[in-house]
Amino acid sequence: MNYDIVVIGGGPAGLASAIEAHKKGVSSILVIERDRELGGILQQCIHNGFGLHIFREELTGPEYAERFIEALKAMGIEYKLDTMVLEIGEDKCIKAMNEIDGFMSIKAKAIILAMGCRERTRGAIAIPGTRPAGVFSAGTAQRYLNMEGYMVGKRVVILGSGDIGLIMARRMTLEGAKVLAVAELMPYSGGLTRNIVQCLNDFDIPLLLSHTVTEIKGKDRVSSVVVSKVDAHMKPIAGTEVEYECDTLLLSVGLIPENELSKQAGVEIDPRTSGPIVNESMETTVEGIFACGNVVHVHDLVDFVTAESNRAGANAAKYVIESRKKAFSVINTYSNEGITYIVPQYIRFENLEDKFNLFMRVKKVYHNAKMVVKADGVTIKEFKKNHMAPGEMENLVLEKSLLNESIKSLTVEVIKEVV
Amino acid sequence: MYDVAVIGAGVIGAAVARELTKYDIKVVVLERENDVSCGTTKANSAIVHAGYDAPYGSNKGKFNAWGNRIFGEVCEALNVPFDRTGSLVCAFSEEDLLTLEALKRNGELLEIPNLEIIDQAALRAIEPNISENAIAALYAPTAGITEPWELTIAYIENAMDNGAELKLNFEVKAIENKVNFYTISDGNEQIEAKYVVNAAGVYADQIYRMVCDTPEFTIAPRRGQYYLLDKSAKGHVKTVVFPCPSKAGKGTLVVPTVDGNLLIGPDSEDLDNSQKEATETTLERLDLVKQLANQLIQNIPFRENITTFAGLRAEPSTGDFIIGFSKVAGFYNLAGMKSPGLSSAPAIGVHVAEEIATVLSAQSRVGFEPNRRKRLKFEHLNDIQRQALIKENPAYGRVICRCEMITEGEIVDAIHRNCGGTTLNGIKRRVRPGAGRCQGGFCGPRVMEILARELDVEMESICQEGQASHILIGKTKSL
Repeated sequence: MNYDIVVIGGGPAGLASAIEAHKKGVSSILVIERDRELGGILQQCIHNGFGLHIFREELTGPEYAERFIEALKAMGIEYKLDTMVLEIGEDKCIKAMNEIDGFMSIKAKAIILAMGCRERTRGAIAIPGTRPAGVFSAGTAQRYLNMEGYMVGKRVVILGSGDIGLIMARRMTLEGAKVLAVAELMPYSGGLTRNIVQCLNDFDIPLLLSHTVTEIKGKDRVSSVVVSKVDAHMKPIAGTEVEYECDTLLLSVGLIPENELSKQAGVEIDPRTSGPIVNESMETTVEGIFACGNVVHVHDLVDFVTAESNRAGANAAKYVIESRKKAFSVINTYSNEGITYIVPQYIRFENLEDKFNLFMRVKKVYHNAKMVVKADGVTIKEFKKNHMAPGEMENLVLEKSLLNESIKSLTVEVIKEVV
Repeated sequence: MYDVAVIGAGVIGAAVARELTKYDIKVVVLERENDVSCGTTKANSAIVHAGYDAPYGSNKGKFNAWGNRIFGEVCEALNVPFDRTGSLVCAFSEEDLLTLEALKRNGELLEIPNLEIIDQAALRAIEPNISENAIAALYAPTAGITEPWELTIAYIENAMDNGAELKLNFEVKAIENKVNFYTISDGNEQIEAKYVVNAAGVYADQIYRMVCDTPEFTIAPRRGQYYLLDKSAKGHVKTVVFPCPSKAGKGTLVVPTVDGNLLIGPDSEDLDNSQKEATETTLERLDLVKQLANQLIQNIPFRENITTFAGLRAEPSTGDFIIGFSKVAGFYNLAGMKSPGLSSAPAIGVHVAEEIATVLSAQSRVGFEPNRRKRLKFEHLNDIQRQALIKENPAYGRVICRCEMITEGEIVDAIHRNCGGTTLNGIKRRVRPGAGRCQGGFCGPRVMEILARELDVEMESICQEGQASHILIGKTKSL
């Protein structure tokens, strides 16, 4: 089998990139999805709040996905469901398989990685205690509830205030369960402010900042969890233990880009994002392999995923039809004071559109601060920010006219305004 | 009436049951849990010791050496992974060097082959991540790694293929000595057997007390806690790496697993005799394990941890394995099977079966099938084999567990064998979906679906492990 572009993953990133590549003139495209339907994790996100940026309206996850799925089908873009990619070999030869086609070798001119992310587990954070049933990652519980139609528990404690955890606090409550508390290790929430208001405050669910679960009890099924306060070094403080009788512990303790295939394809990974190092075109360190969405860095808004994936799709198309400009001037991006990471990790001046985005996260909560962008040490732009938090991705829009071919580095830092 | 009832389906009970089926002996295995391999067997270091450690003249010494010698052929017949990686006991001081010498001498008495004390440079050549403070090591090339639960499952499966019976969720509550036979009851069901083999792990003393008012031993649980790291940590060590042994045991080790993970542990914590269910991990002890392991091996990538667990070793008051007919006629004790219990299991199985066959005057059974039907591991096939397999059975074309590359075909097979899996953990032990980095986050719902379909039960009735460990509590809109 031969295709111009193979997209691995049929979630929001994969769908948008395939559609955009098609719009830019490539028709030989295959989308490979491991689940039984397109749409990825959006299909289980039945709450609303999607699409405010892209469509200027409030959609549910499945509705948002449906718009892309319909567009994809209308364009006649091929896709395979329930299909697993086993390997990306040299010369962009992909090995994949499913029940119907069996084992396949698929040759691609360009590949777009859009595998998304997975949830951090109990094991990853080594919560002590017994190992009973009733401990779920929030996304798995969401799948059972929203896709399969099953309840996972009646009395619930949630560890971690990531967005899925917050959404699930509300979802479980609406379904008749009692959510006792959301414990968060950090002194601030990892989720969007709107989710804290709409999912916790509106339902009187306490958010315990600087708290963690220090023991899970129960032989067959969870019978209780112990929650402790933590100190400034995030170590549990003895004597602060509170035991919650419950049958379920949901974990919303972080998402990890799924890059086993990327690594195996030789793509270089940024340890700060756990995703591929990409340039302004969302191209990885392997020529012709692009990446977009949560496989690159974890997003909180699907609208940003779509925008980023459009860029990946458009540039994969340019790569295939060989219409790219020759690019020589590499400008590396560096996160300075207060910034965790920046995507893209480098940009090539010649390939920039008139405006371009830098996505990043801040290290802690800031009020009345500014973000300062410097080119080779000289300030080129400042952004005033009333409120910034690690749980909310920052998106800085810069103009190409601020740069030139000779610049080598772009840095971003947070400066607290003196009030 | 059974000839022999084996109490406990850990690796010891399983090995005995399978070896007994080589004779014309009617065997039943009684297990209190919902699956085999649920006690000490599922939570240990998964290593096959070379055998230099246990003292010459002890049961441990004898059976470890013998067990190691036959481990390869047993695993071959039962299609269980076994890899002779070799082991290193590392010395950090002059005093430790004396310990190495003593271990080597003891090993040579026990005829453990090719023991060698190697210097720092040779040690570093084998294990580049070894602590800079390690000055020498005892190298034992015959030590290895295996999968204890798979060995146990395979033993029971093969025993059942050869006619043995398995009763799960049969917790022995009473044993009555009827002079020529025993009755054993779990409160609901009663079975009769001429001989009883007590392989009840940490509960072996309690089981023995059901027939003996003056038992010669007690069993105390000794807890050990572990970290299991993702396959991305593969290669961090290549052999089984120990510090020098102490009174508390063989120390905290760093070990590769047969599946390519990195296993780190255990500590050693003596618990009260009554704490036979205390398999919980604790913050302090996990920290201790980390600290001890870091003294042995450098740069262990603990951020790649995928799970932590604790196991209980059955620590006998006598200090040695208790193997043999007890003072109660027809009652055979296999107690105190702490380390090197796994390494010794194949030899203990052979020995016990011989002794019992002798007293029963049983003949070798005609038609005994020593081989377990091979388990297809999709991940290990080449492309041409994969192609052919999917053509023959499309279920092998559907990947259920993306972390471990497990197909639906493998899971269905694991359900329908003798001693098949019926729970999420049971399937995980047999074919590994959920044993990877996402810990079943993605594949859990899919495996449940397959279990429900193949066993023809509702999704809600599928358990994680024990009979009360339900994962789902009902349909939505049911509260």
